[in-house]
Amino acid sequence: MSADVMTRPRSRAAVPAGARRRRSKRKDPGRVLRLYIPLGLYLVFTLVPFYWMLVFALRPAGSTDPVPWPITFEHFETVWNDIGYAVFFKNSVIVGVWSLLFTTVIAVMGGYALARYRFRGRSLFMVVLLCTQFIPGAMMLIPLFSIFKSLGLINSLGSLVLADTVFNLPLSIILMSGFISAVPFTVEEAAMVDGCTRFRGFLAIVLPQLRPGLIAVGSFAFIHTWNNFLFALMFVSKQDSFTIPVGLSYTIGEYSADFGALAAGGVVAALPVVCVFAVVQRYLVHGISAGAVKG
Amino acid sequence: MTTMRRRAVPYLLISPTVALIAAFLVYPIGSVAYYSLQHQNLTRPWANGFAGLDNFRRMLFEDELFWQSLGFTAKWVIVEVGLQLLLGLALALIVNESFIGRGLARSLVFSPWAVSGVLTTGIWILLYTPSTGVLRFLGQPEAAVLGNPDTVFPAVVVTELWRGVPFFAILLLAGLQGIPGELYEAAAVDGAGRTRRFFHVTLPHLRDAIVLATLLRGVWEFNNVDLLYTLTGGGPAQATTTLPLYVAQRAVDSKDFGYGSALTMAGFVILLFCSILYLRLNRFGEDRDR
Repeated sequence: MSADVMTRPRSRAAVPAGARRRRSKRKDPGRVLRLYIPLGLYLVFTLVPFYWMLVFALRPAGSTDPVPWPITFEHFETVWNDIGYAVFFKNSVIVGVWSLLFTTVIAVMGGYALARYRFRGRSLFMVVLLCTQFIPGAMMLIPLFSIFKSLGLINSLGSLVLADTVFNLPLSIILMSGFISAVPFTVEEAAMVDGCTRFRGFLAIVLPQLRPGLIAVGSFAFIHTWNNFLFALMFVSKQDSFTIPVGLSYTIGEYSADFGALAAGGVVAALPVVCVFAVVQRYLVHGISAGAVKG
Repeated sequence: MTTMRRRAVPYLLISPTVALIAAFLVYPIGSVAYYSLQHQNLTRPWANGFAGLDNFRRMLFEDELFWQSLGFTAKWVIVEVGLQLLLGLALALIVNESFIGRGLARSLVFSPWAVSGVLTTGIWILLYTPSTGVLRFLGQPEAAVLGNPDTVFPAVVVTELWRGVPFFAILLLAGLQGIPGELYEAAAVDGAGRTRRFFHVTLPHLRDAIVLATLLRGVWEFNNVDLLYTLTGGGPAQATTTLPLYVAQRAVDSKDFGYGSALTMAGFVILLFCSILYLRLNRFGEDRDR
């Protein structure tokens, strides 16, 4: 099957030939029924909840207007300054960025080993990586808590960086090895023949071509870490170490009458990940197909 | 000397991963297995000690909540994965067509994937609360859907669908892009209509992607605690308590680590058994000559 893929002339985007042919039949009335109506309905389902959150976040308290006008930022001031989202946000950024860095660097190393070397224990390593996907984070809470306690990492953001990195790693390595396999080895070999060390060759030849992979894996790690709730709830109990999801869960519990604050907190929680996701979404789809094709 | 060093390179490269997985995944699983055979309760330390299979006996024969949560877990996983697969496949097929604004449409319909379980709860509480929600526009005023045992299940299912469908759509879209276009052309030349092309070209090619996606998502929904924990807390009257949520309650609230570990082991075994069975039944990864 991969031979088919290789010999197929590369079109700019992965548009199926069927779709290209159908473009000539623009006035197909079935297209509206088949394509635009379901898509429109699904867009409503996806976007109404987001819109509803924005409405609550932007309109004054007590208003029931379905359109947030006049716009007010009072709820954002409340959550950012009074409830402490400024601190939660900072903590989430710290944990997210460190976990992103660790995950990406270690995934490049592991992915390179899987993509370029045939070594004893390679398939065992793969099986272990896949098996980790069956481990429920919720059920690891008890043992991880006692490990972090003995390491003195309870209430420190370090425990979250560590735990999130560990849970991000397996899928990241598999994804990354797919990306590295897609870079032809011959180019790297040529560099080595020219006297480059393997490491120099990797930095000069492979790394620049790995940009989509780095973006996909990095954003994947960041989003997962940003969203992780259970570890943060369990390992951190001091309010100045809370991350965004923990802060948000307390807002849900304590401010359940103050929907404006809840919605504004939600917007603060959503904004970074939704923006990251909008930018990297196409790399993610490509990354998964690259990983899947190479198996 | 150099060959020795060269041979060590891949092992050096995977060593950080191996160390992390050993310390923070393999060792904890071992300790869960150990604790499942112990009485270990932080609130009753005088009774701690070796328990043999006592925790398991209690779980199987005395704990109705265990069986109830197990039943709900099965219902939750099957309904969620089934509906997410159907809607996700439809969505992937739609956004795989070419039309103006496709990139934007993809970004928008996929975006709930990036949203956390807690945030999903926050958003849907705004939608479900009787005084503020959208249901009042649909002629259901003052119905507290999350507090009513009859309506709570559809309510949590729809909420999780909102976040879960994009996962399937992304994975299946990736699969669709790997199908060579000539196959569709050949099928069209042979006179196959749209429906037949779907069943004879698209579906067989997506087969492995579908099996993998349903399995990953099934495991994930089994383990999904964030949403139910914050949205319903397992209620009303434990009606939406999954097994992992029950474990979390046992561990966090009643500090009964020994019994919680026994429940965890049960969860592992069930999950592993179901996964292997599922892969076997679908003959995953085998070459199928058609």
